[in-house]
Amino acid sequence: MYPSDLKYDKEHEWVRVEGDVAVIGISHFAQNQLGEVVYVDLPSEGDSVNAGEAFGEIESVKSVSELYTPADGEIIKVNSALADSPETVNEDPYGDGWMIKIKLADPSQLDGLLSAEEYEAFVSEEA
Amino acid sequence: MSELLARTPLYEEHLALGARMVPFAGHEMPVQYTGIREEHEAVRSSAGIFDVSHMTEFRVFGFGAFDYLQGLLTNDLVRIAEVGAAQYTLMCDEDGGIIDDLIAYHTGDLEYLVVANAANRTTDLDWLRAHCPEDVTLTDQIELEHHEGCGIVELVDESDRTGLIAVQGPRALGIIADLAGPGFRAPRRFHIAEARLGGTSVLIARTGYTGEDGVEIVCHVSHAVGIWRALLSFPEVTPCGLGARDTLRLEMGYHLYGSDMDRGVDPISAGLGWVVPQKGAPFVGSDAIARIRSGGPASRLCGIVVEGGIPRAGYPVLHGGEEVGKVASGTFSPTLRTGIATAYLPVALAEPRTALEVVIRRKTASARVERPPFVKSTSLS
Repeated sequence: MYPSDLKYDKEHEWVRVEGDVAVIGISHFAQNQLGEVVYVDLPSEGDSVNAGEAFGEIESVKSVSELYTPADGEIIKVNSALADSPETVNEDPYGDGWMIKIKLADPSQLDGLLSAEEYEAFVSEEA
Repeated sequence: MSELLARTPLYEEHLALGARMVPFAGHEMPVQYTGIREEHEAVRSSAGIFDVSHMTEFRVFGFGAFDYLQGLLTNDLVRIAEVGAAQYTLMCDEDGGIIDDLIAYHTGDLEYLVVANAANRTTDLDWLRAHCPEDVTLTDQIELEHHEGCGIVELVDESDRTGLIAVQGPRALGIIADLAGPGFRAPRRFHIAEARLGGTSVLIARTGYTGEDGVEIVCHVSHAVGIWRALLSFPEVTPCGLGARDTLRLEMGYHLYGSDMDRGVDPISAGLGWVVPQKGAPFVGSDAIARIRSGGPASRLCGIVVEGGIPRAGYPVLHGGEEVGKVASGTFSPTLRTGIATAYLPVALAEPRTALEVVIRRKTASARVERPPFVKSTSLS
């Protein structure tokens, strides 16, 4: 449920580091808590984002949550397929349900993120 | 906090089904089992069951029952003179402010069953007690044993001993017929009848809050689990939580007390003039409501369809850049796959197709007035 090649933050995003690029999505725990995702609001390519700030929103039938990035950077790609099929976030949160790719301004900002094991322990306390 | 929450007789069943429980109107209730959308679609296409045992039930009995209720409820009880008939109705204060919305069932000779919102149980009972005429004796459940039998009305709060299970969807009636066995005749729409289900006596009401055909089963709390399990044994039945109940009712434009109306709103502004007959008998609030009706309300509850975002309660509604109201109820419509909402708008803007915008956090989404029901075609239409 929590792939070991990813890093996680306490806002329930995951990050896959590919060189100086970070791919960001939400965890299995987050999608399960939200329920069926019906709307994903993402920024535009070229926007810059800052660590700890909301970059977008995700809505289920019942509730809305903000999406956070754990690092500063420039958005080089957004998953525009989610506009038409937001349920992909539920079905494949670590694959086709990814949300944005950012070019990292400072990769060391990711050092404080949780490993899969640490994140699993964190959510088991929250649940 | 949690120890103050009441549990319905089906609480353990919900846990066993893996429901996500939330506090609602003083009760721990299932908001969803597998998912709101799936549950919603099950009701629109097959059948869903809902535990609504948290709701309030009063029984009003006696030679004075008709006059007593006729003087407090907005709809005309003469319309349900036939035993077995039921009607949607309101209870209002002297200014026409809505205290609660109710269904009154004429369950027997000199007897009515009134189903009210769970959150209004105390308010309603206090109001009913405070507004009984001099010659009426009210008797509640606790006092019943000692009752001398001198009053002409008995008011009994049946909530704690009554289970209520809604079975809704195009296949609901078939399931009930199967469970009840040969000889069962379903009551007509907005009627109620006694029946035997799995060896126990129940009332079956042909009412609901989803826009689909179906029934609500009124039973003793001790029989609720047996009936619930019998219903779940049908493969076409899906257990449904409050989440789907809300999306289903809003697709039909059915009002939710506390969101779409409250004490600060009159029935005319709320679009419920149809449950306040113009030539009916006088009741508490009738003069005030008649004045509002003849003068015309300043604002009116309207249906709104929103593109490109999901409206939620409290979001501002704009017209020509100016705020003209706030979302009362709002959600994503699983059937239409768009945002739907209600809002009180100035009457000049209440016409269908009026262009609006809804402020959804940092941006505005385009919207238009539409007359509910939002979903036009169901097993009831």
